[in-house]
Amino acid sequence: MTAASDLAPSYDLVVIGGGPAGLAAASLAARAGVSTVLFDENPGVGGQIYRAITTTPVADRAVLGEDYWAGAELASEAKASGALIVNGATVWSLDPQKIVGVSIAGKARMIEAKHVIIATGSQERPFPIPGWTLPGVMTAGGAQTALKAQGLVPSGRTVMAGTGPLLWLLAAQTLRAGGRIDAILDTTPWRNWLQALVHLPDFALSPYFAKGLALLREVKAKVPVHRIDRVGAVGKEKLSEVVFASGGRERRLPADLLLLHQGVVPNVNLANAAGVEHVWNDRQLCFVPVLDADFGSSVPGIAVTGDGAGIAGGTAAAERGRIAAIAAVRALRPEATLPDTQAIRQKLQREEMGRAFLDWLNRPAESFRQPEGETLACRCEEVTAKQVRDMARIGCEGPNQMKAFLRCGMGPCQGRLCGLTVTELIAAERKMTPAEVGYYRLRPPVKPITLAELASLPISEAERKAVER
Amino acid sequence: MARTADVVIIGGGIHGCSTALHLALRGLKPILIEKDYAGRHASGVNAGGVRQLARDLLEIPLSIASMELWERIEELVGDDCGFSSHGTVLIAESDEELAGFRERVDDLHLRGLTHEELIDRAELKRLVPAVSDYCPGGVVSRRDGAADPFRTTQAFRRRAVEEGAEIIEGVTVTGLTRVGSNWRVETSDGAFEAPKVVNAAGAWADRIAAMLGEPVPLTVVAPMLMVTSALAPFIEPVVILRGRKLSFKQRENGTVVIGGGHLATPYRDRNETVIDWNKLALSARTVWELFPAMHEATIVRAWAGIEAYMPDGVPVVGRSSTSEGIFHQFGFSTHGFQLGPATGAVMAELVATGSTNTPIDGLGIERFRP
Amino acid sequence: MFKRLADTGTAVAIVVDGKPVAARAGDTVAAALLAAGIDHCRTTPVTGAPRAPYCLMGVCFECLVTVDGVGSRQGCLIPVHDGMKVETQIGKREAGR
Repeated sequence: MTAASDLAPSYDLVVIGGGPAGLAAASLAARAGVSTVLFDENPGVGGQIYRAITTTPVADRAVLGEDYWAGAELASEAKASGALIVNGATVWSLDPQKIVGVSIAGKARMIEAKHVIIATGSQERPFPIPGWTLPGVMTAGGAQTALKAQGLVPSGRTVMAGTGPLLWLLAAQTLRAGGRIDAILDTTPWRNWLQALVHLPDFALSPYFAKGLALLREVKAKVPVHRIDRVGAVGKEKLSEVVFASGGRERRLPADLLLLHQGVVPNVNLANAAGVEHVWNDRQLCFVPVLDADFGSSVPGIAVTGDGAGIAGGTAAAERGRIAAIAAVRALRPEATLPDTQAIRQKLQREEMGRAFLDWLNRPAESFRQPEGETLACRCEEVTAKQVRDMARIGCEGPNQMKAFLRCGMGPCQGRLCGLTVTELIAAERKMTPAEVGYYRLRPPVKPITLAELASLPISEAERKAVER
Repeated sequence: MARTADVVIIGGGIHGCSTALHLALRGLKPILIEKDYAGRHASGVNAGGVRQLARDLLEIPLSIASMELWERIEELVGDDCGFSSHGTVLIAESDEELAGFRERVDDLHLRGLTHEELIDRAELKRLVPAVSDYCPGGVVSRRDGAADPFRTTQAFRRRAVEEGAEIIEGVTVTGLTRVGSNWRVETSDGAFEAPKVVNAAGAWADRIAAMLGEPVPLTVVAPMLMVTSALAPFIEPVVILRGRKLSFKQRENGTVVIGGGHLATPYRDRNETVIDWNKLALSARTVWELFPAMHEATIVRAWAGIEAYMPDGVPVVGRSSTSEGIFHQFGFSTHGFQLGPATGAVMAELVATGSTNTPIDGLGIERFRP
Repeated sequence: MFKRLADTGTAVAIVVDGKPVAARAGDTVAAALLAAGIDHCRTTPVTGAPRAPYCLMGVCFECLVTVDGVGSRQGCLIPVHDGMKVETQIGKREAGR
């Protein structure tokens, strides 16, 4: 275990995040002779897609599928590369001078980097429905993490709701593992096909096409699937039933567990707080960093790669990580021998093929992104959709003013689960585009740190003298 | 065609908005021009302390006048601004420090100023039970308090508009020239003309002054603040230190705001600040020693607002020394929030009548003439 | 809500609100709580509503618990160890607790 005090004061390259992008980047850079450290906040490497790849208790390889096990090679390559890989390391600050604030086991350090690759991946898109804060309601990604890392499968009355490939993958994995799913509520709007259809030929050529069809068949053979346009969680202290409707007809299903998912979006907090410029991506309905062809951001020396650069999936993330790492090595150690970038770009292009189809098809309906009434928009500070809408109507023009008025986005999750919702609600009420409304200005620490952790930062002699009374 | 007004105010912080309100209350027609939005910078993101305690003698009249307004803030702006009054306590960390405080308080009392009151260890413990035992006493100003800065600035803005002021946001001033008896204010969205102009442009005020050939030695600073997640109520007054840098207060929602003047690096042309965690670590250590109960409090956010600091640490309030019809109201040097309500009233009085009854001697811009 | 797929892994004994809970090596605090069938792990500081782990990937901050005396830790990021003391958080934390 690497302790905070074991870290060098500076590294040529700091990679943040140990998913496919981060692992591939760190491993390529370290092999090219660049002093590289990779920080990852989870107990083990793999990110979300290859979660617990080195420790999973799920022994039957068929349960998680071969796409999951492909991560083992990335992890072992990274381990052998010479990069220092530190798990349980939470990066809570990054600034344009590339000073990285990191905590390990309650001790904080500020590390200088010549170059930073942000590979913090994606998170599930907020899914604000009535009752989504009740115990018993979780994200599908969360359930998948519990399966991969701890071998936990849903065992009570379980309902899944939403849209997107991950929902079907989790359903299949759960069923293979002997878990229980009572129903799947598919929220994909029919009319998404109108926009998706033109991209079908591309998708048909991508590796995801056959896999996707097989998954759908596998799941639909075992679980009833309902097309719905409204869903809510009901219960007093915890979930007791799921209410859903298609058209006017309302139905209820008693449930112990409701798993929600409507796609993933880039995890923007760290890049945003570091001053990286972001733009609205209307196809993926999220903010993405402005990047060059090597994933370099608007802040010199900071790259954002993997799904954090815009959603493209795990295999593409690894290729993107390699491209970002090659650019870093070129800047840091021009004499190093590097792999053929052209070949990597071609692989990436193949991986990204079909993304347009998936994006358009699984674009969540407005009603699931722009809640109304008493549905909570901000879970932390318990701010309702109505409060946000009302405030926008009486003149609040942006998310940052909204923060000051309602405290939405000011709780511990720092807007991760309300940011997109608040932007979209303001846009809807003020008849603006999300691009015009913008996003929260995020402030460090992007992960809370204790006062004791902050006080544990080594203080230089000069600073000590400066404060002597 | 330039748009006209009685007064153009440059800058939509609490000072500009307060001046706009008080001018409108006097029946004048002000137009306020703000380059971002009202309260975007220091006025909206400061620590929210409403403090008469430990002020420079030159500021005390404005501070006392402001306190009167704070105590009826809802009547003035139609919003309580989150103002609550639990006093400010300046804590002495040693006997020597306390002796110094005693001299200051005695001196103030000789001048007839009684808002600062020396307290012993027992009274300190009564007011701030969580404080460490090593602190021998301090000074309290019992009428002081705290308010919500963004809400306050917005409330002044809103009431100013209700009273007839026009507030134009997202527009930058690019030039200032004399045209006949008027000043012509060029902006990114056309020109404005008025016989009087108030420069309340905060960290950017030196640029306005420079347009008048009246350079000022203003430093752009960004004092850092951090806030914890909500804790059960454990401290009522605002606490400040003098030897080490600290201001400390718990808001009604339970969060604790920690500041005190350690500085971030400001980039005023980009509206950005970069936090210096090594300095915030000093604040964390100070809090650690002063309030042992805070060790495991979690810090959820740190930020800094961009503002102006003058070499002598007191603001510029008064007429221009070079240009008839121009007035300055900037440079509040990291403690201007409490002064906002009355400084706006005094400025409006000065602009409208040519003089003011509140002493502002020593705050004029002429003190920086080479 | 959840069952363990295979009862592999070394047993790890943790204490949740004073009561013993059987966890497994490789569990995070949040996973151990879910596996043990707890209803909720905290109540909110704003309205006191009960909350349970939601995303399990460090994003939502719903699984905040006090771990070995340190409050507001993200339970989904912390591996369990023998003798670990976990406390659910009720509303606003007391300063110093």
